[in-house]
Formats: sequence, structure tokens, C-alpha cells
Amino acid sequence: MSLRRPAKDQPESFEFNASSLEAANVIVAKYPDGKQQSAVMALLYIAQKQNNNWIPLAAMKYIAKFLDMPYIKVYEVATFYTMYNLSPVGKYFVQVCTTTPCMIRGANQLVEACKEKISENECELSDDKSCSWMEVECLGACVNAPMMQINDDYYEDLDKEKTLNILNKILNGETPKPGSYRGRINNEPENNRKTLMNLKNA
Amino acid sequence: MLKDQDRIFQNLYNDKGSDVASSKERGDWVNTKEITDKGRDWIINEIKESQLRGRGGAGFPTGLKWSFAPKEVGSRPHYLVINGDESEPGTCKDRDILRFEPHKLIEGCLIASYAVQAHVCYIYIRGEYFVDGQKLQAAIDEAYEKKLLGKNAAGTGWDLDIYIHYGAGAYICGEETALLESIEGKKGQPRLKPPFPALIGLYGCPTIINNVETIAVVPTILRKGGKWFASLGREKNTGTKIFCISGNVNKPCNVEEEMNIPLKELIEVHAGGVIGGWDNLQAVIPGGSSMPLIPKEKCETLTMDFDSLMTEKSGLGTAGVVVINKDQDIIKCMARIAKFYKHESCGQCTPCREGSGWMWRMLERMAKGEATKDEVDMLGDVTNQIAGHTICAFGEGSSWPVQGLLRHFKKEIEERNNLDPIVQKKNNIPYLVDQHLLDKKNA
Repeated sequence: MSLRRPAKDQPESFEFNASSLEAANVIVAKYPDGKQQSAVMALLYIAQKQNNNWIPLAAMKYIAKFLDMPYIKVYEVATFYTMYNLSPVGKYFVQVCTTTPCMIRGANQLVEACKEKISENECELSDDKSCSWMEVECLGACVNAPMMQINDDYYEDLDKEKTLNILNKILNGETPKPGSYRGRINNEPENNRKTLMNLKNA
Repeated sequence: MLKDQDRIFQNLYNDKGSDVASSKERGDWVNTKEITDKGRDWIINEIKESQLRGRGGAGFPTGLKWSFAPKEVGSRPHYLVINGDESEPGTCKDRDILRFEPHKLIEGCLIASYAVQAHVCYIYIRGEYFVDGQKLQAAIDEAYEKKLLGKNAAGTGWDLDIYIHYGAGAYICGEETALLESIEGKKGQPRLKPPFPALIGLYGCPTIINNVETIAVVPTILRKGGKWFASLGREKNTGTKIFCISGNVNKPCNVEEEMNIPLKELIEVHAGGVIGGWDNLQAVIPGGSSMPLIPKEKCETLTMDFDSLMTEKSGLGTAGVVVINKDQDIIKCMARIAKFYKHESCGQCTPCREGSGWMWRMLERMAKGEATKDEVDMLGDVTNQIAGHTICAFGEGSSWPVQGLLRHFKKEIEERNNLDPIVQKKNNIPYLVDQHLLDKKNA
């Protein structure tokens, strides 16, 4: 099990802003009457998005009231799932996959690049507090290994140099283009396609 | 090689668009009403005849699963839940269906919902696939707009609403009952079975749970006939499957191929061969990280289907093929997989929660050659204490890869780890808590 602790410095209060509130009401409507607890995961995402990529305890309390459920149940969910950040991670949150399929294709180079550019240790904010990085388990893009995720986007087919370039961009406040960095199209075998050629050439 | 016209996922590489118009060109949504007009029994029978087995890993016959849904809808509504929590290392097939063939999935949802009498369908997508989920959401929105979903969906007379529910980075939520817990807004910890979800599932109502790929192939099977699907592959292992070939190959890729395809053909033809040549191959994980690895000697003749891999004491799982060549340290590779399971254990059952970390720590030391001779057997013992002693199959799944390593690479581990045991056997040390473990009679 992964160890997850809420941050020490917590804001006093939290409230959904107008757009979050609207999104939250749309989510709650997806579930049957009386089953509004189902919306807790989506609402935690909304809170995380509104609050610079992390969820303070005040937001959990707010969501518990919003969904009419015990605070501890929200806390349980927020600490169980690893995609809820319980402490500040910066505007750009870099997650490097280091599970075996990525590892054997050189994911450690990506980790080196992050150590050079962002911070020596994972889960630490960079000097300008704009980003942080961490090693994560399989992100489900194994045929595009090694890869990393920055906020919502996947960056695939990387090596150290390409990673350094991407990190330079985000440290300058730019958002680099997601996708493959070897110019390959999605998941097709690079220059070795043997199937569905009539569609490719059509 | 499978003929192109027999491939179900024509847009696997996104050569055409994924919108309704281009999906219609590929045959989706063309005569959905004709299919549902033939009735639920016909649909379920046709799926049974196709011998389609679930694509999520366990390989349970889909037609049979659907027939478990109650025939009459009682006081509780029925639900269809689609499992798109693809988190098994080595697997990335559902992602391509979500982003490039969403309408195959949506139409499959409609037909399956009709067959099991569900009016609401939840698609559970892992949180990391947010961008791909947005693409699916766009496809769902377009389907609503074109009256393919909602009231009287696609003119079939059946009402269906589809909602996406995002996960948040828990591997365990790929387990069907943990997934239901997660949709209910709880921690994703598996439930005891029975009762099975087909009778008591989401919100205590009858629920059918299928993998994304399983549902996405359903419309094509019903159009071309169960017999066509059954004619591909071999008995009980029929049809086509998306294989994900990753790791030390020259051209890692996803490819749809016939079941029972030789592993060597998959690697040599589609994935451009092993890096350093076939002789540089060390081992292959045939079906995602939880399936025991297969050493090179067996890879020569191995065919990829559920039953033939079972006879090799492995499994097809999700068909995520991870190729490991001789440049890699096999013990290190498995130690990393053990770390994955340690990280992802939900913590509900003690054997998995404690055992997964135990296996990881031992393997890390073994990779460095710091373990003692007797620990190799102890590692095997730990795996046996996990397998069969957990609520869900994922707990056992953490021990299978380690068992595979011990089965095929025991010699390598023993060569590297030849330190003498720290505590010699039969040394009666009174303060040693685990003394009874050293005494075989009481063990």
C-alpha cells in the first residue's frame, strides 16, 4: 500500500466556485436518487482542479457536506486513491512511469532528467514552485514506453534528451505538445506496419 | 496472418476518424435495430455460439455471463458496467478502443444493455486516461445528438443512458467488485463472492460487468455471425484479440490478430523482432504482469490463447506481451513488478498486503545478491501463503509472477545469492521469536 499523508499547511476554508458548482451538479445528476455518494470521486477531482492540483482537508469537509455523507468517508476515498494529491504539487505535475515495461526501455533516464531539472527528490517542488515530479506505477501506454504524464497529457517514446527538452519548456511556462516524441502515429509499429494497409494508403 | 477484412478494429491506428459518420462507413450503427429486433435470446445464443471469452483477463464466456442476469426485471433495475480500468502493466489495448473506436464500444453497450435489460450503463475509465475519456465523452455526446443514445436509442425502442465514471489511480479497481465499490463512492476494496454481481452488484442491483474490448467486439460478431467469429482461432479460444507487444522489441505496437497465433510470429512479424535478435531473447511475460513469465525455449513453439498458455502454467490474461531480452536483469524486472503489487495492494487481506511487500524486499535483495541460500525457498513459501488466501484474484496475481520466476530462473537466483543463512538451523536460540519456523516438525 502506498503511504499518503495530508500536507501540514492547510487552508482554513474551501468552497466550490461557480463553474465548479455547476460541474458538480452535472456529476451528481449522473447517479440514481439517494446514491449521490457515487459522485465523491468526481467531486474530489473538481476540487483538485480548482485548488491548483491538490486537495486540502477543508475541501474534503466541504464535499462531505455537499454530498451529505460523513467526512471520514470522503477522507477515506481521498487517501485511498493515488491520483488525489494531498499536498501541493505545482502547476505542472510530472509523473514518470517506471514499471517493468517502461523500466526495461530506459525509464531511469527520464527519472535522471527530472532530478536534474526539477528537484533532487521526488514529490518536492522545484525552486520556482511551479512543478514537481514523482515515479508512478504503470500508466497504460506500455507500447509507447518510456513515457510520462504531465497533468492530463501523455508524452510518449521518450529518451533523456527529449525529456530534458520537455521539462525546459514547462519550466518556461509553456505546454509542450503531447503524444509520441519519435513521430510515430499512435500505437502502430513504426515503419513496420503489416496490417490494414489499404486504409493507411487510402 | 489474419486477413484485413476479418479485423474488427479497422481504425486501430486512427487512419480514419472516430466520429459517427466515419464509424458508419466501417459498419457501426448501420442496422442496430435489425439486431435487437431478433430478440435477447437470439443475441445471447449468438454470443454463446461465437464462444467469445472475456477480454479482461479471466476469459469467462461472455454469453454465459449475460445469461446469469435475471430474466425478468424485478423491483431493482439492472445495470451494465464496462470495465475500462486498464492498469495491468504491459496492457494498453482499451485505450485505443476508447479513443479511436468509441462507437464500437457505445453500440456494444446498447446491444448488451438490451440483452441484459439495463437502462443505465456506467463506463469506468482509469483516471490517467482522462484525455482518452474526453474523446469517448465527445463520441457519447455525438451519439445522443444523433439519437443513437437516450430515449428509443438508435430506433431500437430501448432507452439507454451511458455515463463515464473516472477512477483515480487504483489498480485494484480493475477487479469487478472493487470497481463497483468505487462507483458507489467508496474505497476500491473487493467484495466477497458470492453473491455474484449478476444478482447483487451495483447498489445491490443485478449488474453485468464486461471489459471494454469484450463489449466492443459484440456488434461485429452479431453482424457477421457467431459462426464467423468461432471459425477464427481454435475451439474455445475463438476470434481475434488485440495484442500489445512492448518491452525489448524493435517496433513495439498494438495489433489485432487471430487467437492462437504463434508468439514468435507476433514478435518477429509485427513487432520487428527482439532487440539484438531472437537469440537475445530471455523471457516473455505473455499476458500482463500478473501472468508468470515464459522462458525462451518455450517461446519458440508457444501459441497465444487461453488454454495453450494455461498448459504452460501461465495465462493469456489481457494479452499484454512484455518481451525481456538478455540485456535485462530478470530478477530486477520481477522485483519491479513485485513493487508494483506492493504499491497497488488495497490492504484488505493480510496475505496480499504484507506478502506483496515481503516479496518485493526479498527480490530487491536477491537482485543485488544480498540474500541467503535459504531465502530462495522462503520466497516460494511466501508466494504460496498468498495464492488462494485472498478475497480477490488480484492478490494471487501478485504471487504468480514471482512463482514464474522461481519456476524458470531459480538457478540464476541461487547462483547470485549463495550467502550462508544468518541463523543456522537447529541452533536453539531461546530469544529468537521465529524459532518454531526453523524447526521443520512444527512448521
